[in-house]
Amino acid sequence: MSEFEQMYREVILDHYKMPRNHGILDPNDAVAEGQNPLCGDEVTVSVRFGEGDIIESVGFEGRGCAISQAATSMLTDLVKGRSAQEIAVMRKEELLDEIGIPLSPVRLKCALLGMGVLKVALHRSRGTPLPEEWGTSSGEISVN
Amino acid sequence: MNTASPLDSAVLRADFPYLEELAGGRPLAYLDSASSTQKPRQVLDRMRAFYEHEYANVHRGVYRLAERATEGYESARHTVATFVNAPSEREVIFTRSTTEAINLVAYAWGLQHLGPGDTVLITELEHHANFVPWQFIASRTGAAFRHIPIDDAGELQLDALDGLARDNSIKVVGVGLVSNSLGTINPVEQIAAWAHEQGAIIVVDAAQAAPHRSIDVQALGCDFLALSSHKLCGPTGIGALWGRRELLEEMAPFNLGGEMIRSVGLDKTTFNELPYKFEAGTPAIAEAVGFGAAIDYITGIGLSAIEEHEHELTRYAMARLDELDWVRVFGPPLERRAGIVSFEVAGVHPHDVAQILDWEGVAVRAGHHCTQPLMTRLGVAATTRASFYVYSIAEEVDRLVAGLHKVKESLG
Ligand SMILES: Cc1ncc(COP(=O)(O)O)c(C=O)c1O
Repeated sequence: MSEFEQMYREVILDHYKMPRNHGILDPNDAVAEGQNPLCGDEVTVSVRFGEGDIIESVGFEGRGCAISQAATSMLTDLVKGRSAQEIAVMRKEELLDEIGIPLSPVRLKCALLGMGVLKVALHRSRGTPLPEEWGTSSGEISVN
Repeated sequence: MNTASPLDSAVLRADFPYLEELAGGRPLAYLDSASSTQKPRQVLDRMRAFYEHEYANVHRGVYRLAERATEGYESARHTVATFVNAPSEREVIFTRSTTEAINLVAYAWGLQHLGPGDTVLITELEHHANFVPWQFIASRTGAAFRHIPIDDAGELQLDALDGLARDNSIKVVGVGLVSNSLGTINPVEQIAAWAHEQGAIIVVDAAQAAPHRSIDVQALGCDFLALSSHKLCGPTGIGALWGRRELLEEMAPFNLGGEMIRSVGLDKTTFNELPYKFEAGTPAIAEAVGFGAAIDYITGIGLSAIEEHEHELTRYAMARLDELDWVRVFGPPLERRAGIVSFEVAGVHPHDVAQILDWEGVAVRAGHHCTQPLMTRLGVAATTRASFYVYSIAEEVDRLVAGLHKVKESLG
């Protein structure tokens, strides 16, 4: 298998070109957006809950590299029907196994962007714990 | 390609050990020199010799080895001063980088001189290094923060200047000499003259210009100018700030500690003279020596030869990319562009472009290049950027183009 085929597996390209659960849910119970400062990937994830904080539907939009968008698409399939509390502590390995390709540290950030954003959305509406790397306050500069 | 390059890359390439590393029988086509350049043996050897034979801490030692070390360090300062045509060596301050040099000015000059009712003016294509420090100091002091807009080709819209100056509040103008994202060569002399008419000072980011064209702070008419060693064949961890003496004299220090003092007492500390007032602590000594060696190396080749070499490569790259109707090149026309070509492959994210090119042995940069406001203006999240230096050759452009065809076949 060539390097290309290893990374841009059929299933990755499939999710990239035909993302699942695409579009922001309206109405929704939770929404968050995030960027990957390394390459400018952007993802917005929205969630609607059923009974008992079960994720009934999830929808995302974004722009960015094939890995970031395909990974978010795969993530949305993985989380449906599971509870906010469970997904808030979902391990990254679960998604990475699904993606199933070797990723350098830089590309890992692309692959995990959607998952971080989803956890932020859950945190906002259900108070679940934030992923560590999103929990730190970075402060901001405002000018007139 | 058949151009009359005044610089013999084939000979120069023998100076660069990175080219000895082969993958698939070929050296890497390193097209990311705008980010940082590779290092020639001359620089590496000089630093090694310095550590082996001349190394001690600078300035304080009485013994001869410390004197030699100080001599090495100070002669590098002399080299930098000559390189930018500074009126005096005392006006050259070693910093960690361009970034630190600009932070020095933003803090030491900005906190002292800016306040409500004042305006800080930067450009829409500024590198974050000459953007965020000013944004921060503006917010700290209550000054307004505005920008000179660019047009669709990535060139500064100078006809906006007078509108920006209407309320007579501009106190400092920050502008890059060459844009690291688009290669735009900005008309800094003109902006400097205008800034002075406003009673403002002008801070020039020359990180991307100094490696490629000769710099003359007096001809530019600027007040401060910053550069980094690692972008011109030198080591990381060292850069320089040149500043006009009157301004440096009246500024408070930025870092405080050892070396920057004349005398310290429990109730009072007096600062050292220029440039030491701004060089607290043990500096990056061997790096400064390497910086000097790098300047010797590139001035030995000749800055105008380097500029012409890159101009020809850029002309060639733009022509080759122009053949591909699925590639869009950003930025100004060749005449006002340094050796940087930023582009977009239709339908493929730059990160994926760079990934596939890497497998073809071509190293390019994909991202926002620390110019997010510019990316927003261009309406893209990121671009792919190829950039050149003395060791770059046309064959590497061909390899880039061949790689782009692969990108197109597989993801386009
Ligand atoms: C135009 C420009 N300004 C500033 C910088 C920052 O330089 P450094 O990272 O050496 O501080 C760079 C390089 O990244 C640059 O290209």
